[in-house]
Amino acid sequence: MDAILLQILNGLDKGGAYALIALGLTVIFGTLGVVNFAHGALFMLGAFCAVAVKAFLGFEKVTLDPENLTAWGTASEIRQPYIESWFGEFGTTLLNYSVPVSILITIPVMLLIGIVMERGLIRYFYKRPHAEQILVTFGLAIVAQEIVKSAFGANPIPQPAPDAARGMIDFGVAIGFEAGNVVYPAWRLIYFLFSTAIIAAVFAFLQFTTFGMVVRAGMVDRETVGLLGIDIDRRFTIVFGMAAVVAGLAGAMYTPILSPDYHMGMDFLVLSFVVVVVGGMGSLGGAVAAGFMLGILQSFASMNEVKNILPGIDQIIIYLIAVIILLVRPRGLMGRKGQMEH
Amino acid sequence: MSKLHTSRRGLLKGSAAAGIALATPTIFTSRAWSAGYTNEPTGGTVTLGFNVPQTGAYADEGADELRAYELAVEHINGEGDGGMLNTFSSKALKGDGVNGKKVVFVTGDTQTKSDAARASAKRMIEKDGAIMITGGSSSGVAIAVQGLCQDAGVIFMAGLTHSNDTTGKDKRANGFRHFFNTEMSGAALGPVLKNAFGSERSAYHLTADYTWGWSQEGSIKKYTEELGWKTAAAVRTPLGAGDFSQYITPVLNSGADVLVLNHYGRDMVNSLTQAVQFGLRDKQVNGKDFAIVVPLYSRLMAQGAGENVKGIFGSTNWHWSLQDEGSKAFVKSFGTKYGFPPSQAAHTTYCQALLYADACQRAGTFMPSGVGKALEGFKFDGLGNGPTEYRADDHQCFKDVLVVKGKENPTSKFDVLEVVEVTPRAQVEYPASLLGGELGPYNDGA
Repeated sequence: MDAILLQILNGLDKGGAYALIALGLTVIFGTLGVVNFAHGALFMLGAFCAVAVKAFLGFEKVTLDPENLTAWGTASEIRQPYIESWFGEFGTTLLNYSVPVSILITIPVMLLIGIVMERGLIRYFYKRPHAEQILVTFGLAIVAQEIVKSAFGANPIPQPAPDAARGMIDFGVAIGFEAGNVVYPAWRLIYFLFSTAIIAAVFAFLQFTTFGMVVRAGMVDRETVGLLGIDIDRRFTIVFGMAAVVAGLAGAMYTPILSPDYHMGMDFLVLSFVVVVVGGMGSLGGAVAAGFMLGILQSFASMNEVKNILPGIDQIIIYLIAVIILLVRPRGLMGRKGQMEH
Repeated sequence: MSKLHTSRRGLLKGSAAAGIALATPTIFTSRAWSAGYTNEPTGGTVTLGFNVPQTGAYADEGADELRAYELAVEHINGEGDGGMLNTFSSKALKGDGVNGKKVVFVTGDTQTKSDAARASAKRMIEKDGAIMITGGSSSGVAIAVQGLCQDAGVIFMAGLTHSNDTTGKDKRANGFRHFFNTEMSGAALGPVLKNAFGSERSAYHLTADYTWGWSQEGSIKKYTEELGWKTAAAVRTPLGAGDFSQYITPVLNSGADVLVLNHYGRDMVNSLTQAVQFGLRDKQVNGKDFAIVVPLYSRLMAQGAGENVKGIFGSTNWHWSLQDEGSKAFVKSFGTKYGFPPSQAAHTTYCQALLYADACQRAGTFMPSGVGKALEGFKFDGLGNGPTEYRADDHQCFKDVLVVKGKENPTSKFDVLEVVEVTPRAQVEYPASLLGGELGPYNDGA
């Protein structure tokens, strides 16, 4: 039982990332009708916002120590972050909390990237076939990857969680298990809570604000909303920026879980598309439900008991589920007739 | 004046005779029948092909290999400080190129993909006239390119490839490996692990699902089980999985007290980081401290795991902190030119370039069979791993192996690992027949 609970927790934190990326993909597809293959790159760019913030905060003062030579005969370097010499303990704390602090930078940066991307390139492809949209956004993703690689290198960059969130939480004790049986990394639980909070915020924004109402109306019938004299294009640009922010935040907070490298977005991209299709094209609730469901199923499929019966199932489970769902419910779990079918 | 009479039969006979006559000079002058060989250098230069990952996940390692190759070419041509040529036991190379020819090079991008690596090697051989191909950061790639070089009739000096198969079941006469392999890692790590953790342990393996991973898992299982360890489970993980947490959570309550991560590069960084994140390094099981082992370390990649490598055991082919004269000369030469110490990938590729050039010089030819014979059974010293031999039976170098541990108090970002034991060569040697395969005959190509 404890093993099952652990895999559920694992699926939830993994599913949180899938759901956040898939949510942005669905919003963009639902509003703009664009198949955005650069969405994984937005996740990666968000992660590198966190890397850049840490690098900025940790910018070091380098002094040479001629007393100690390197193995190749030059003076060795003594490095100390400026922030620590300027602000003492507060500087050290700020550096320690660089990942949560990076959220403050990630939001405006990703919003700007999203808006520039939509206004500068994507909008020219609204009325073009999906194949062309896929090609151009995939190309954009590769360009973003290469820029990041040239700036930060190809190797993963360690990005530790704050000291206070590095330990394990004995989750099992709270629900009646013996101590030590269901312990889980604190940062992963934080990530799960963070992802649910972001998802709730996006839903609340779309459900309870006038802006959200217009966007939802535009998702159903863009033309009629336009005829009512509403500048739907401007709103959709902001929606694209918002989707970029959601993907970016998902990436920034994921860095302590997965050391970021330039390729990390591609790893999530295909999975997220499967999540969108399984959830139902254009269905926000479907994307979120499918994200968590596939995360949990992927975790269960990796259990040794399951792999012993079906070897290799962990590598195909997501695609297998997608096939089954599409056969049984061709519009996905929560896709509705008439939605995104024209 | 006679009249020319032609019949159908006569025309056929005449055509056949003309065909034979025209073909005859080609048959007798063809390189396949002459003393020539593929890309035999005729001018004042000889071209080497450096096939390294310049894009993809191993691009940083590939860049380090390329730096080492450039340094080796400089030294062979008599430029720079000479590096390990000054400490190399063979004094055949005089710093004036090889066999009177200046060494030049071309590069290819393997992308760490077998098909891309074969394509770039083929291009360097056919278009650029490369006489030898070297480099790479993956066993899958090495085996694929080795096969291509065998067929094309050029020597392949493998780069970073650790699978037993490269000089085991997939070995080829034209292929040579300086880097160690998983069998040697297992033989070196076994006793150290026993000393550190005792002989009553239960190991849980997470293994990258490809040739190197299987090879590494097999070797570590073999040597740890010989010591009395049990294998709790051996789970295959997809290459490049990113998040390994779903494979790590079953370890928590499995009863195992050792986690062996048969992962390399990005997979190693991620799986180790996540294993530490799940508290495995600080966990106690069966009254013992839980242990994590990374059988193949790469210092360059270990930097990506940050402080998670602290106290974690593994093995490596070479480390820049070694204090023998050869290592010191190489680190000085590389560090002066580039400003940081070389990786093990840089070291093995530098050695391969020097060993190839030296063999050509001693053989007095670039012909693969001649060079191969000069390398077979060649005993040398001064290249950073102590007395070494290129075994004739499988073209595998035998030398000391380093067991390392993640450093507790690093002094710089390069100071990630500390050498805990230099395992003597005698302890890691095995009969060539153990890993199977046939070298077959040399192919001089043409």
